[in-house]
Amino acid sequence: MADKTFEIPIGPVHPALKEPIRFTFQVEGERIVGVDIKPGFAHRGIEFMGLRRNLIQVLYLAERICGICSISHPIALTQAVENAAGIEVPPRAQYIRVIVSELERIHSHLLWAGVAVHELGFDTLLHLTWKVRERVMDILEELTGNRVDYAIPIYGGVRRDITPEQYPLVREMIRYYRGLFEELADRLLNDASIRARTRGVGVLTPQEAEALCAVGPTARASGLRKDVRQDWPYLVYGDFGVKAITPEDYGLAPQGDVYDRIIVRLLEVAQSIDIIERCLEEMPEGEITSVPKVPALLAQLKKAEGEGIGRHEAPRGEVIHYIALEAGKEEPVVWKVKAPTYSNLMPWVPMFRDQEIADIPIIAASIDPCMCCMDRVYIVRDTVEREVWKEELLRLSWGKTDRIRSRIAGRSLRAAEAEHGGA
Amino acid sequence: MKLTSFKRALWVFHVATGSCNGCDIEIVAALTPRYDVERFGIRLVGTPRHADVLLVTGTVTRPMAERLRRIYEQTPDPKAVVVVGGCGATSGVFYESYNVVGPVDEIIPVDVYVPGCPPRPEAIIDGVVKAVAKLERLEAGEKV
Ligand code: SF4
Repeated sequence: MADKTFEIPIGPVHPALKEPIRFTFQVEGERIVGVDIKPGFAHRGIEFMGLRRNLIQVLYLAERICGICSISHPIALTQAVENAAGIEVPPRAQYIRVIVSELERIHSHLLWAGVAVHELGFDTLLHLTWKVRERVMDILEELTGNRVDYAIPIYGGVRRDITPEQYPLVREMIRYYRGLFEELADRLLNDASIRARTRGVGVLTPQEAEALCAVGPTARASGLRKDVRQDWPYLVYGDFGVKAITPEDYGLAPQGDVYDRIIVRLLEVAQSIDIIERCLEEMPEGEITSVPKVPALLAQLKKAEGEGIGRHEAPRGEVIHYIALEAGKEEPVVWKVKAPTYSNLMPWVPMFRDQEIADIPIIAASIDPCMCCMDRVYIVRDTVEREVWKEELLRLSWGKTDRIRSRIAGRSLRAAEAEHGGA
Repeated sequence: MKLTSFKRALWVFHVATGSCNGCDIEIVAALTPRYDVERFGIRLVGTPRHADVLLVTGTVTRPMAERLRRIYEQTPDPKAVVVVGGCGATSGVFYESYNVVGPVDEIIPVDVYVPGCPPRPEAIIDGVVKAVAKLERLEAGEKV
């Protein structure tokens, strides 16, 4: 008999990263039996372009690798170059880099939470999370001049100082988010339907996470205490003793499912707020860059020879930049970037195994890749191609939430009836 | 200034053809409570076949060019194309690459350009409103 496995290709639009995606799912009925992942569609050849430009232009390219991580890549790149060229970063600049990257983590995790609940069909919660996210966007704009793509790090320091009038604004934001935390945690973690759609879904065991080199919240939700800020402290993170967060910090044993990934990201928002607060308290006065004049900086970089590595814990996990410089050349001779989602692709394979088609959107979103990868689906059946757009997949996912919700409602109705039995 | 309402609700399809995601998140921000474009009847739809307006972000990568062309053809007439962001309009920082065939107007006709890297949500809304004006003129039988 012909085998009963069908293939569902999904993709390929995936704009955020250097590794855009196409999935091909093998399904038997509703059950996913295998998945194949093909990246490469939004490849812009950024490293290739970087080898033809001077290092300051490369910085602008790095920032545009990903708009959501638009400080993570520059932070990794500047560290790599400073490493290679032996440039010092004044302490105040290090604090400012940390503040902006923690602000970025807050905006990115809130963005993720909204996208994830949208995949489940909870648009009210999507709008709530994005509404509160605007607060951190305001602060980012206040401190850097732009809502996205902040252009803050430069080799040897940062491009903008934080002025005394800005401190109270940031402190106010900290109070605002602290006040919100309980409510957000309650909405995201205590909702019966969210729990039913995410507990035990898309499980990644710690062994798999380790073997497949998962990074960031994806690895931590499986119980691995792995965080660049803890393991290889850089900038001023070493002084803060940042600890990797796992669901244990919420009092639960890690199960490595989607629910755990929500917990970890939520706790990391709180952690980032604490880090920002400490930075504001401890940040010394002083220079914000060691080479303030750009022509002098370019000249110094042109003379530099050597190689360097920069790593940073981006919201999605570890990002690494490697750079090699040659004396007499303005442009780098090698520039290699590894973005976190690249490491989190393979963990998708065990996560999808034996799950339902309706769970594809939430599992795909759970590692926080770029959301747009789910733009369309082709179902290939007897070699006839039929297009299925993202909408249809979402409808499947939302339908499942509805079914679960009515089941939960039915159960509590029955429970209520049992309680009032006789009445 | 005389205020009039749009003649219809505007359905928008968003295509990312090699963007850095900066513009894409600002489009989502435009949909959510602070900017809330749905109050004007503007909403994102999941397929170009239902759309009046295409919002295109990003410079066009080689594999996406053909798909962009197909999406444009699948969008029913009358339609308008809005390019959001500097790199869709001019390729921005993404020049001299083996895999970039954009900007967008090399591949499909464009009606409105929204500059910025990324543009603010207000600017994106303004771009879409300009596109409405074009659609209304087209529907009135004018040649644009
Ligand atoms: S215009 Fe700028 S923010 Fe928008 S997609 Fe292009 S590089 Fe990213």
